[in-house]
Amino acid sequence: MPRIRLMLAAALVAAALLSIVLPLPDNRAGHLLAPAEAQGTTLTIYSGRSEELVGPVIAQFERDTGIAVEVRYGDTTALALTILEEGARTPADVFFAQDAGALGLLAKEGVLAALPAYILDSVEPRFRSPEGLWVGISGRARVIAYNTDALDETDLPASLFDFLAPQWAGRLGFAPTNASFHAHLTAIRISAGDDAARAFVAGLLANGARQYERNSAAVAAVAAGEIDAALVNHYYLFRHLAEHPDAPVANYYFPGDDIGNLVNVAGLGILASSDSKPLAQQFAAYLLSRSAQSYFAQETFEYPLLIGMDADPRLRPLSKIETPALDLSDLDDLGGTLDLLDDVLVQ
Amino acid sequence: MTQRRFALILFAVSLPLAALLLLPVGYLIVRAGAVEPERAITYLTRPGTLRVAGRSLLLMATVAAAACAVAIPAAWLTVRSDLRGRRAWTVLLTMPLVIPSYVGALALVSALGQRGTVRGWLAPLGVERLPSLYGFWGAWLALTLFSYPYVFLSVRAGLRGLDPALEEASYTLGRSQLATFWHVTLRQLLPSISAGALLVALYTLSDFGAVAIMQYNVFTRAIYLRLSLDLELAALLSVVLIALTAGLLAAVALAERRGTYYTRRTPRPPRRVRLGRWQAAAQAFCGLVVLLALVAPMGVLALWLVNGLQQGEALRDVLAPLQRSLRAAGLAAAVSGVAALPFVFLQVRYPGPLTGLLARGAYLGYALPGVVVGLAFVFLGANVLHELGARVGQADYRSLGLLVFAYTVRFLPQALGPARASLLQVNPHLEESALTLGRSYPRALISVTLPLMRSGVLAGAALVFLTVMKELPITLLLAPTGYDTLATRIWSASSEAFYARAAAPALILVVISAVSLVYILEPDG
Repeated sequence: MPRIRLMLAAALVAAALLSIVLPLPDNRAGHLLAPAEAQGTTLTIYSGRSEELVGPVIAQFERDTGIAVEVRYGDTTALALTILEEGARTPADVFFAQDAGALGLLAKEGVLAALPAYILDSVEPRFRSPEGLWVGISGRARVIAYNTDALDETDLPASLFDFLAPQWAGRLGFAPTNASFHAHLTAIRISAGDDAARAFVAGLLANGARQYERNSAAVAAVAAGEIDAALVNHYYLFRHLAEHPDAPVANYYFPGDDIGNLVNVAGLGILASSDSKPLAQQFAAYLLSRSAQSYFAQETFEYPLLIGMDADPRLRPLSKIETPALDLSDLDDLGGTLDLLDDVLVQ
Repeated sequence: MTQRRFALILFAVSLPLAALLLLPVGYLIVRAGAVEPERAITYLTRPGTLRVAGRSLLLMATVAAAACAVAIPAAWLTVRSDLRGRRAWTVLLTMPLVIPSYVGALALVSALGQRGTVRGWLAPLGVERLPSLYGFWGAWLALTLFSYPYVFLSVRAGLRGLDPALEEASYTLGRSQLATFWHVTLRQLLPSISAGALLVALYTLSDFGAVAIMQYNVFTRAIYLRLSLDLELAALLSVVLIALTAGLLAAVALAERRGTYYTRRTPRPPRRVRLGRWQAAAQAFCGLVVLLALVAPMGVLALWLVNGLQQGEALRDVLAPLQRSLRAAGLAAAVSGVAALPFVFLQVRYPGPLTGLLARGAYLGYALPGVVVGLAFVFLGANVLHELGARVGQADYRSLGLLVFAYTVRFLPQALGPARASLLQVNPHLEESALTLGRSYPRALISVTLPLMRSGVLAGAALVFLTVMKELPITLLLAPTGYDTLATRIWSASSEAFYARAAAPALILVVISAVSLVYILEPDG
């Protein structure tokens, strides 16, 4: 026994020493001091979209263009705040965000540079900043994910507001701290007014709606039968089905132009402080190319936003979703939404 | 060198160190100051804010109490009794520390939730739903299960340094074993217990992951909500956490005031207590804790892995992230272990308001959510380090050095507690004897005191090591670009619900940490 301990200990010390002494496979990232970097030849991306989803596309971009890319992955909100804290000294050239709200925040703070028209014009006007400061790359629709054992499509209501009815008590879930819900709530504020929006969230809570910390947890809860339906983004269903092909879950879109049908975007902006703007623009154009767009359609089950591209056949086509008449850029009053949520949630 | 001169040198070293430690706290106070006073007061005194703050305090107190209730008996059993398999139990009982509370809580819901795995097993018996885990009880359970090892490790170190002569004297005076444990052992362990419980309490205050999954609405949630937009209000709320921490530190300082925790004798190994017919109960107790805190989450991770592999999910290479995790955690543990020494020496050997303040100041930022500390370093890095770096041709202020420094600032309290508790057990007369025998003061400390403190210093460094292995928010913000670790891999995969890809690095994290524990936890003879 003591010998085994001793050997284990020796092995561990050896491993620890080796891991400190040996160079890492990618030689740049392990030094006690940051590596020197030639300006203007490397593209630095802050990505709020996870490596699991966008890593392959970025690797392909590097192979196709020969441009060296450094990606910092993180939480969209934390990265947006990081850029603001770093100010003009941010090493970031591109901010790739999971939702339009964070891009709107940076646009408002004046740290984004205008994008060229050929990039902006690749997508419909409703999916880009009217000032041309950011552009949507892929679309995500708000839907109701429902348990097909518990509900038929015909059981689901015609409007999002109908979930306040007593029959839905304790059966709905949502992710109130999630950025995609914040954007949706802002849309509700704009189309129905602050009071109606406040009454909606308060009503959901009073009706026993469960608060999940993220969309994927809400979809898993629907699949497990913990709740019957959840207000989420459309692609979480497919992520769940990939690991649980027999899960009894499906997506429901509201009829007509109900406010339940918002389409939000994941998109990017180029930092005004970047000294690699041409490379950054090349990257934006690449993400809006047919090959990258079909990656998003097929691998992440999002809506490709390049005009003329079709989404996965299992999705309701973008052209058939009657989004309420509002601009995504109208959704930049995140402050008002957070004040409202703060009042209702922090209780 | 005289003692006095040495103390002055220690003080001169500690002051700038303490100033560095307080950088994020100072930064947050400055940022919070930007909120207009009127808005700040309205915001802080409205019923909702007070209610979530109350919930945080309730959770903090109950989790700390429960962690002690689990950890003190477990530590006693593994150090002082003839519990069978105590080495294995020691490692197993420490391991829950490496399970990120976020992963652990998710696993608990998945195992014990209303529609979880256990419910599935009970279904043939006609069990439709288990009682809901969501809310206070779920948060309490998850936080207790994944934080009690802080108390366990600290109390173990304390028990090992305890001179059994005191207990034996108590027996001679006719006290029963239980009464002796209550009046003598626990009292002497007070510094170890409070060091561990303080870490648990502050961990509970700062946690966001577990409470969010358990849908329990606490103070950190208000911070996170605000973090989506304005750092000023988030900073203001963080300052409230700093104030709560200061209050807690003051309370602990009062409770521990002026005790003597060393004896005049050379400590020797105590006689192990025979459990006899209690052996089975003790085994069951340890088994239950390990089942809930370790086997359940590991089982769920294994299920995720198998499930994902069956669906053809591709795994990714984990060797390079493992190497990076080990490197960062190893460096942080070593730096923290060494940095703790001057603070602890000053606080214990030269007790006074100033040295006390110095050592306790290090705790102030400990209850802050990691992302807040990380953002403070981003600001300091971009605006201070960048200037320095630009002169030597560096584009990015981030580096492994900055990362290790940030870890040290954040987790130094974990090294301070056990080190202080172990120094309290060293009789200062031993150092004086060495002096009269002609040793200089620093050499006396190195040859006499440090070896006696070994168990506490190692326990503290071990805590830092294990905590850094799973640390996420600071790693995401400050690691050099491309420096992905096991923890960031777990996060990246699980945030997109790729559970198999998350499970593989998580299992490796737990196993590697277990191996390091074998080395870190000293044999009990």
